[in-house]
Amino acid sequence: MGMAEAILLTIATAATPLLLAAIGELVVERSGVLNLGVEGMMLMGAVTAFGVALMTGNAWLGVVAGALAGLLFSLFFGVLALTLVTNQVATGLALTLLGIGLSGMIGVAFVGQPGVKLEAIFIPGLTELPLVGRLFFGQDPMFYISILLTAGVMWFLFRTRAGLTLRSVGDSHSSAHALGIKVIAIRYMAVMFGGACAGLAGAQLSLVYTTQWIENMTAGRGWIALALVVFASWRPWRVLAGAYLFGAITIAQLHIQATNLADLASLPGPLFWFAGLVKSVPSQFLSALPYLATVIVLVLISRNRRLTMMNTPASLGRPFVPDR
Amino acid sequence: MAGGETLLDVRGLTKVFGTLKACDGVDLDIARGEIHALLGENGAGKSTLVKMLFGSLEPNAGEIRWNGEPVRITSPSEARRLGIGMVFQHFSLFEALTAAENIALSLDAKTPISTIAAKAQALSYSYGLPLDPYALVGDLSVGERQRIEIIRCLLQTPQLVILDEPTSVLTPQEADKLFETLERLRGEGKSILYISHRLEEVKRMCDRATVLRHGKVVGHCDPRQETAASLARMMVGTEVHAVVRSVDEGAGTADVLLRVDHLNRAPATPFSIPLRDISLDVRAGEVIGIAGVAGNGQGEFFEAVSGEVLQDRAEAVSIRGKPAGRDGISGRRRMGAAFVPEERLGHGAAPAMKLSENLLLSRHATDPGVYVGAFGIVRGAAISAAAKRINQMMDVRKSAEDPPANALSGGNLQKFIIGRELDRQPSVMVVNQPTWGVDAGAAARIRQSLIELARSGSAVLVISQDLDELFEISDKIAVMHNGELSKPMPRAEATYEKVGLLMGGAEPGHVHHHDPAEMA
Repeated sequence: MGMAEAILLTIATAATPLLLAAIGELVVERSGVLNLGVEGMMLMGAVTAFGVALMTGNAWLGVVAGALAGLLFSLFFGVLALTLVTNQVATGLALTLLGIGLSGMIGVAFVGQPGVKLEAIFIPGLTELPLVGRLFFGQDPMFYISILLTAGVMWFLFRTRAGLTLRSVGDSHSSAHALGIKVIAIRYMAVMFGGACAGLAGAQLSLVYTTQWIENMTAGRGWIALALVVFASWRPWRVLAGAYLFGAITIAQLHIQATNLADLASLPGPLFWFAGLVKSVPSQFLSALPYLATVIVLVLISRNRRLTMMNTPASLGRPFVPDR
Repeated sequence: MAGGETLLDVRGLTKVFGTLKACDGVDLDIARGEIHALLGENGAGKSTLVKMLFGSLEPNAGEIRWNGEPVRITSPSEARRLGIGMVFQHFSLFEALTAAENIALSLDAKTPISTIAAKAQALSYSYGLPLDPYALVGDLSVGERQRIEIIRCLLQTPQLVILDEPTSVLTPQEADKLFETLERLRGEGKSILYISHRLEEVKRMCDRATVLRHGKVVGHCDPRQETAASLARMMVGTEVHAVVRSVDEGAGTADVLLRVDHLNRAPATPFSIPLRDISLDVRAGEVIGIAGVAGNGQGEFFEAVSGEVLQDRAEAVSIRGKPAGRDGISGRRRMGAAFVPEERLGHGAAPAMKLSENLLLSRHATDPGVYVGAFGIVRGAAISAAAKRINQMMDVRKSAEDPPANALSGGNLQKFIIGRELDRQPSVMVVNQPTWGVDAGAAARIRQSLIELARSGSAVLVISQDLDELFEISDKIAVMHNGELSKPMPRAEATYEKVGLLMGGAEPGHVHHHDPAEMA
């Protein structure tokens, strides 16, 4: 496996949890609900997936358990924010705080234990193809799940009647209610889907990315996923682009920080000069680069205000109480 | 025609919100093939009644019979299944979706969107209400949006169509088109429940009428046998005093107190209207009315004149001869202007704050030293006295000495807000929709006070969708269409037809509003 191939693989592994969490949150927000608890749901998914995989020795059971944990945890948000109509922002923040604490408590016994790895899928013949072989036909299952989910969400939202109904609820819940659409039920389903996706994202972290449990191991990825959804103006393919861009720059700056300039002496002149320039930048700035670059690129592609307005769920975060 | 077999029979329908009986034992029967009017003032319970018929509200008591069978209408989809269709007053459309998608949302989920689009287009042309099914609703005018609602309703092949205040957003010509459609539907044997407070159109079209007041049925009648005055009396319960309008003596010669000079404004959001080169003079002693269908730039214009949005050029708005375009609301108020926005709660008044506090919020900047003393200490006595004075002058009826703004009815709150501005004796008064959703008695009082203010030497600019109101109080009427303002015409020359044509955008030299449906 060559250097370039290895880098591409790590980029996919870094991008997948962001994509999973963001695509779930995109569906939630398209239905008009703002759930800021992504980080907490991811952590619950991560710790549950790790624990179940460790106890059963089966990583796949861990994946399922992680998704279920995220779903159940999001249901807690649903009951508070949708049924009891609490403030969505405050409830989401509380969910994150609760998730951090609860996952840390559950995970005390898991710290330092070697986990179970979710093995990559190899397809004889295809996997051996140069460069793209490992990238497209030798990844871990979570990579395929994330891509399929993105395609599925795109199809669901823009090609099915159920997706149209979900978007209509996000656009104007009072109009939807007047037509007899069950606003709260649809929002519950969206919230649960988002929870399951966040749980999957957490499972990827503890079963693929590191195969161990570390307290607060999401390290802010839930917040990045939330930002991706907004900066991608609620469009699935842009979430995908944003997640991979973020992953790519994260990996690139890690490589830059880790290499010695002397090792790059074999590079052609201008490239070596460029590497030298990058190395002279303070490392704090390099660490911030993924955030900065992702925001800038997504803002640039969202310049079309009309398109952005059309895709922004107009009811986002607004409480809904049906009058009966 | 009237006298056919009964389609819908409602007995003793009651709906209670908290302590308020919005509907109190309402009886209503609608025959096949009739246009039945439901009359009543704002807050009489009309909307509550039809929401129960359409399944969006659950009645507390009473019985609904459909084709003689007792039914429980538990949801709008149940109502649609029975054959009840509804065209909403505040449109129940989704701005970010296309017309076809909007229609699809209330139809059978198995039909593909393309089929629905084709059907909708065919039906819309057969009724002479052309519609582009792939247009985004956010881009359409209110008249076009109503077409979508009507077509959506008709695609469900209803036996009863409920229309809630359908003409309040239409030009007179668009309303005529709607009446043709309704008469054709009646000819096809469909029944129509027509809700309105516009008596002339009810007299013109409807076979029977049921009148509601304070949630109770106060009478059934044949509107064609009644006069507008007798119908109004049934609705209001008392005689409504007509507004007295004296002649503006200084017409055309008095000083210009408010001047708008080549005002331009780019659209603030993708779905809002740009203002295009608006010029207007309002002189001392006159009331100028601005007519127009909702959403043609009136709101944007009000924001620009009141100073909620600043202009690039200070000369774009002048108050009493001084350029004010770069001044904010308080700055313009200090120059002698007063403004009353369209939205009462949350814009004209802070909903949860007391009337006295709402008074202080707008007056502390304009009357320095009167309501706030040294070191920013509030002068409670001065505020209470002023609040009392305003409430007396405008006859504001309230349940407590100093209730929060949201405890007042719409009419009483509007009287308070107008009174708060009148109390300052402003030389320029700009009001957007002065009597929207206000009961007839309060509306008459507000209109009279605006005329009196003008006659005492102030310049008054009134923006309204209610043509009757503008004809009642204005000395000149201008029309706003698609962000442009027509030249004001004197009241004597203005007719409903002329104003209506301008509201539809038919003035020579004006750029015609792009209408995708007509191009298709």
